[in-house]
Amino acid sequence: MAHNTIVTARPGKSGRPSVPMRPLKRRRTLSTSRSRLGAMVVSPALILLTVFFFLPVVLMLWMSLNRWPLLGKISFIGLGNYSAAFQDQDFLRAAGFTLLYTLIMTPMLLVIGVALALLIRRPGKASRVFQSIYFLPVVVGFAAAGYLWLFMAQPNIGPMLDLLTRAGLASHSDNWFGTFATALGIVCAMVVWKVAGMQMLLLNSGLQSIPVELEEAARIDGATRTQVFRYIILPLLRPTLALLLVFSVAGSLLAFDQFYIMTSGGPANQTITAVYHIYRVSFQGFQLGYGAALSALLMIVLAIVSAVQMLILRNSDHN
Amino acid sequence: MTSLQSSLRPVPRAAWWIINTSLAALVLYPFWVVLSQSIKSPAEAAAAPPTLFPGSFSWGNFAKLFTNENGGAGFIQQLGNSVLVSVGATLLTIVLSTLACYGFARLRFRGSNLLFFATLATFMIPFQAVITPLYLVLHQIGLTNNLLGLMLVYTTFNLPFGIFLMRNSFAALPSSIEEAALVDGCGVLRAMVRVLLPVAIPGVISTALFTFFASWNEFFAALILMTDQSKYTLPVALNVLSSGTFGTLDWGALQAGVAVTIVPCIGIYVLLQKYYVGGMLTGAMK
Repeated sequence: MAHNTIVTARPGKSGRPSVPMRPLKRRRTLSTSRSRLGAMVVSPALILLTVFFFLPVVLMLWMSLNRWPLLGKISFIGLGNYSAAFQDQDFLRAAGFTLLYTLIMTPMLLVIGVALALLIRRPGKASRVFQSIYFLPVVVGFAAAGYLWLFMAQPNIGPMLDLLTRAGLASHSDNWFGTFATALGIVCAMVVWKVAGMQMLLLNSGLQSIPVELEEAARIDGATRTQVFRYIILPLLRPTLALLLVFSVAGSLLAFDQFYIMTSGGPANQTITAVYHIYRVSFQGFQLGYGAALSALLMIVLAIVSAVQMLILRNSDHN
Repeated sequence: MTSLQSSLRPVPRAAWWIINTSLAALVLYPFWVVLSQSIKSPAEAAAAPPTLFPGSFSWGNFAKLFTNENGGAGFIQQLGNSVLVSVGATLLTIVLSTLACYGFARLRFRGSNLLFFATLATFMIPFQAVITPLYLVLHQIGLTNNLLGLMLVYTTFNLPFGIFLMRNSFAALPSSIEEAALVDGCGVLRAMVRVLLPVAIPGVISTALFTFFASWNEFFAALILMTDQSKYTLPVALNVLSSGTFGTLDWGALQAGVAVTIVPCIGIYVLLQKYYVGGMLTGAMK
């Protein structure tokens, strides 16, 4: 409202029509032209969001109620795709694997993130340099990182396998992509390398908001280092930790690139994630309706995760 | 006080250096692998077991990568596609999100708050979840297998973050400054460019960096939406390299391709670290 009043004075009540009439008119046109301009500058962004986001979301819900091949006849089948999803062994296995991956990845990233953040907490140039080094892999894309690690762990020619062989921990002919546990392990190692730096950075800024006096007081009172961490740092870090938890849960639930690139879903389709399964259904099998139904289920799960995130953020705002 | 402060440190000084140096070596090791592998001679790059250090310096892998022996679309063209799509999406995102942010923050209109929240709500749904219908929409308007289509998709999915990032700097600006510019005879758009934009510059740079990195590195949508090798961006081009020509996989050329993909990101990060890190913290915490 404030910006309307500055343009012109309010028309007085003095009853001199000729003077206030013009400002009144000017004020009105200015304020309507302002809001018209507002709608205008916002519209390009909104058009893009509508065409490439809101429309797809609505279309997804409609598609999910139909048998929808890429070419050929579309037929309405109600909730058929959804009931099929719960009987689709491949989908259930993919969902189960995604959950397992999330359960492995999330605590691992949190623990490593906290450890790194505590390590680089020391003031001085050296610790800033180490922080930059740990963060460096974050800017590398998943595809580039995936192909890099794929090579590092290749049997016979992989440099990482070679180093471990020289150290007596492996053998050149080991095929880590040949068994489920080692294939998953190498993917997890790559993701830790690529993502831990970001967790460290966010935790570091959380740590910086904890006043040093608090810790000093506790130390003077005789608290041990572990007690300080357990009873002072950890509780004050809770909002940051919760946020990171949500980030890594959402990120892990959406995993695709790393498995497509490094394991191709193998061995024996054991590392196919939910998004990977949707990819295969929609873009290799061209069952777009069924793919849309699976996407809708995924969207619901992610919306719940996001809702939890918002709840956490709101609670931390009140603190 | 010094003894107290040192007691607050989780590990003693010598151990701290040892731990950090080893960790840094561990983190940097993959970068060493991609660098050393891509500058080995093609023959050495295929050696089993691999050599620890390159025996000689060679541009051979890059030459193979760029000379396009196997016909079809070359890596140079795919590099060009990546530059075009990423730079295009970045510019478009900056312009559209600045305009939208200005509209939402300063030029309120009926329903603008609702639309603002609708925009932010798109955060809740990542594009992986809508890829199937998105493919159909693009297919209908003839934008699958089209670089402009990919650019618009990347713009769409980075817009909300840009609007979100810049909202704070726009809202923080006292309206009196903008009003003064208006009274002095600036048009509304000129007032925006002259007065508001300078305040929003850090947000604009952060948005630009995020959009660029996201578009440059994006794999999933590019894999699905681009079907023609001449339209591939770098991450998908790596996929082609890794599937090999005539059944043999050229690991030297693949690692050279990885190097080409990584180097711009590291360069930009080193130059503009402050904005990238600042934007990430703002985006996550506010």
